[in-house]
Amino acid sequence: MYGALWRILPGPIWVRIVILLVLLAAVLFALVEWVFPWVDQFVAPRDVTVTK
Amino acid sequence: MGVLGELLITAGVLVLLFLGWQLWLNDIIQGNIQTQDAETLTQEWAAAGPTTSPTTAPTTVPSATPSNGPAGQTTKPVVGVAPGNATKFAVLMVPRWGPHWQRTIAEGIGVTDVLNKIGLGHYPGTQMPGEVGNFAIASHRLAYGAGFKNLHKLEVGDHIYVETQDGWYDYIYRSTEYVLPTGIGVIDPVPQLPNVSPKDRIITLTTCNPFYSTDERLIAYGVYNTWYPRAGGPPAAIAAAVAARNN
Repeated sequence: MYGALWRILPGPIWVRIVILLVLLAAVLFALVEWVFPWVDQFVAPRDVTVTK
Repeated sequence: MGVLGELLITAGVLVLLFLGWQLWLNDIIQGNIQTQDAETLTQEWAAAGPTTSPTTAPTTVPSATPSNGPAGQTTKPVVGVAPGNATKFAVLMVPRWGPHWQRTIAEGIGVTDVLNKIGLGHYPGTQMPGEVGNFAIASHRLAYGAGFKNLHKLEVGDHIYVETQDGWYDYIYRSTEYVLPTGIGVIDPVPQLPNVSPKDRIITLTTCNPFYSTDERLIAYGVYNTWYPRAGGPPAAIAAAVAARNN
């Protein structure tokens, strides 16, 4: 999977590394901005109140 | 290593990243937002001055005795009216948790609209700051800014200041109690004594216990000491923190 990704990327090694870093940053941003807050509503430690 | 193995490793990394985000990164981000929130709100109050039509002495509990503040304290605290759900109306300041620690209190204890976003929520139906009875609030112990992260660190005699547009209500921490999530007696006007007419002004802070769990609730009680009208300026103990907001 990741091996295929590496082969698909064009250019010399350092270009591939730069592209990968940019991709990684984009993925992390998407996770923090959208994915994690969405997942959070299902798994968070939520209850801090006393209720019946 | 097959594709399946790579997928499993990716899933594991994602879970770890999520935990790091939830317990650390997002906690810091939300904490900063909530503190900034409190500063903005109090600056608006400082600019506006006390409410133009203050509600007078406590009304909901007619059997109330006059101020039980320290000797020489005669003025009754102004008691506001609970606003609509998720409306911010007060700021909590606890010097024990840091000289500049301050968080906003909103009406309601909804998880998504109040506790996760604004930080501290006021139990609807419980009394307001300075009112005879019980001013009960809740916040997270962990994540989402973790307003009550250090609730267990309060010591007898610690001041708990509640600021509203009218001024500062000074409560003094008295004791801690551990209850089950169903222990609603802690937010009674007289905690744990249902159907008893209140004479004292109590503040109750609730959060979850232990850390990383919601099995129990940690409850901290404070007793009203005195209050400081906005016109007279803040109490000395938090004067520096209040002044620092305007910079």
